[in-house]
Amino acid sequence: MAEKMATRQAYGEFLLKEGKTNENLVVLDADLSKSTMTGAFAKVWPQRFFNMGISEQNLYGTAAGLALSGKVVCASTFAMFAAGRAFEIVRNSIGYTGANVKICATHAGITVGEDGASHQTFEDLALMRTIPGMTVLNPADGPSAMKLLKQAIDMNGPCYVRLGRASVPSVYGKDADIAIGRGNCVREGKDYTVISTGIMLNEALRAADILEADGISLRVIDMHTIKPLDGDIIEKAAAETKGIVTVEEHSVIGGLGGAVAEYTAKRCPVRIAFVGQQDCFGESGKPDELLKKYGMTAEDIVKAVRELEK
Amino acid sequence: MTVNSDFLKKKATDVRIDIVRQIYHSESGHPGGSLSAADILTVLYFHEMNIDPKNPKAEGRDKFVLSKGHAAPALYAVLAEKEFFPKEELLTLRKLGSMLQGHPNMYKVPGVEMSTGSLGQGFSVSVGMALANRLDGNAGRIYTLLGDGELQEGVVWEAAMAAGHYRLDNLCVILDWNGLQIDGRNEDVITVTPVDKKFESFGFHVTRIDGHSYEEIAAALTEAKKMKGRPTAVIAKTVKGKGVSFMENKAGWHGKAPDLEQARQAIEELGGEL
Repeated sequence: MAEKMATRQAYGEFLLKEGKTNENLVVLDADLSKSTMTGAFAKVWPQRFFNMGISEQNLYGTAAGLALSGKVVCASTFAMFAAGRAFEIVRNSIGYTGANVKICATHAGITVGEDGASHQTFEDLALMRTIPGMTVLNPADGPSAMKLLKQAIDMNGPCYVRLGRASVPSVYGKDADIAIGRGNCVREGKDYTVISTGIMLNEALRAADILEADGISLRVIDMHTIKPLDGDIIEKAAAETKGIVTVEEHSVIGGLGGAVAEYTAKRCPVRIAFVGQQDCFGESGKPDELLKKYGMTAEDIVKAVRELEK
Repeated sequence: MTVNSDFLKKKATDVRIDIVRQIYHSESGHPGGSLSAADILTVLYFHEMNIDPKNPKAEGRDKFVLSKGHAAPALYAVLAEKEFFPKEELLTLRKLGSMLQGHPNMYKVPGVEMSTGSLGQGFSVSVGMALANRLDGNAGRIYTLLGDGELQEGVVWEAAMAAGHYRLDNLCVILDWNGLQIDGRNEDVITVTPVDKKFESFGFHVTRIDGHSYEEIAAALTEAKKMKGRPTAVIAKTVKGKGVSFMENKAGWHGKAPDLEQARQAIEELGGEL
């Protein structure tokens, strides 16, 4: 059994580690420091932590001001409010100015679970990737989240990092080779390709196991970076396999599926099936129940591959 | 520091002439709220702020953020007057390829500290700048100009709450209180008063002044500097379109360019030539 960890947990641990050596790091939160895991940093470095209260617009405006004064800022709240409520501030005060703010947004997608539809974000990747200059990251597990967060901190400019509430089995080891902008082929295959983003990677790998038993070889790519998108790995998949299934805990409109479809339409037309939230709101429930009900499990990926086979 | 009102008046008049000139040439822009802010900006740039046009990014400088970004022509005029860039640039306002965008861009214009335009955000960003200066032990002060209509933005009050909570005494908000917004008088659109009580209750030191009196503006800024443990809000009563008779107190001149005849008359009233 693989080690389990939520990507937000990895974020909390990353901040504790980074804070020791990076005195320029300032962390902001909006009354969710216990949930987003910024609280541990706040305890150790209270002078470099600012709780902005339940004010997500000002959270990101203030983050911009600190960053434009030379700080590197991690500013956290739930993805719904970071990308949704504060969108236009993120666009104008962070995107347009290229401010060095890392928007570390937790509780993304349907696996936020019991809180229900008002808190289940399926739009954030779509919103964030339309902002010029915004790097958009969606790590699959704890170890890869750590690596991507470190690279995000070390690069200059705005980043959106999508993090989850639920614990997920770690796919990667501590020494995994992960780089922003480069998709990872985590399983070779020759018939079809699944391009997965975020915590859907486990489901994608499980789907590959199921199909293998039926003699279908599935390539599995972890597209942890939605922007800049790794076009090479997509072109290779389009050329070497018969079709692509995109998998995301996000709307099938505008996120990973949208990005891959835009790319392939221009460069390498290929059949694509889209697994994700099918243009509807969610509801309360346990994460596993919700993934099943809203069609984001290995079985749904298998079904999508079968559709491509027809 | 004594206030040289004659000098400031001369500078402010030049700034006003350049505001009208820019907007006439660009055939678009916001004269009303630029003219109302001209005296405040003149005192900031020619009397109060520690800034160096030859070294616009100098460590420890004071920073000004134009939260009401549509008053860009006033900021551009005062920056040019202060020799951050040549005055000839002013006539390129809002034209394709110009550094003088319709709303200020911090990377295109020397001396512009923040790209603004979407109301309320400049204030919020100023809170971050003030926190950063405090963390760094940087004595530079942060000045932010807000419009009165801008107070209707929710983020203004989020920012005010944070500035009060964090006791940002290095932050001074100046309110260009001309009473008018695009659709008419503030109180007919959405009442924003009482502004003094609002800012006081958010933990601000509040002063009310005549926003066209150089002495009063300068005194309010000096007082703000002495304030410990509290940010300051200077409520500056102004006249929209100030200095041009036919623009004064007219909401219609919020975002409209004068034609040739109007521009001539406006500049003549200000004692200049188009």
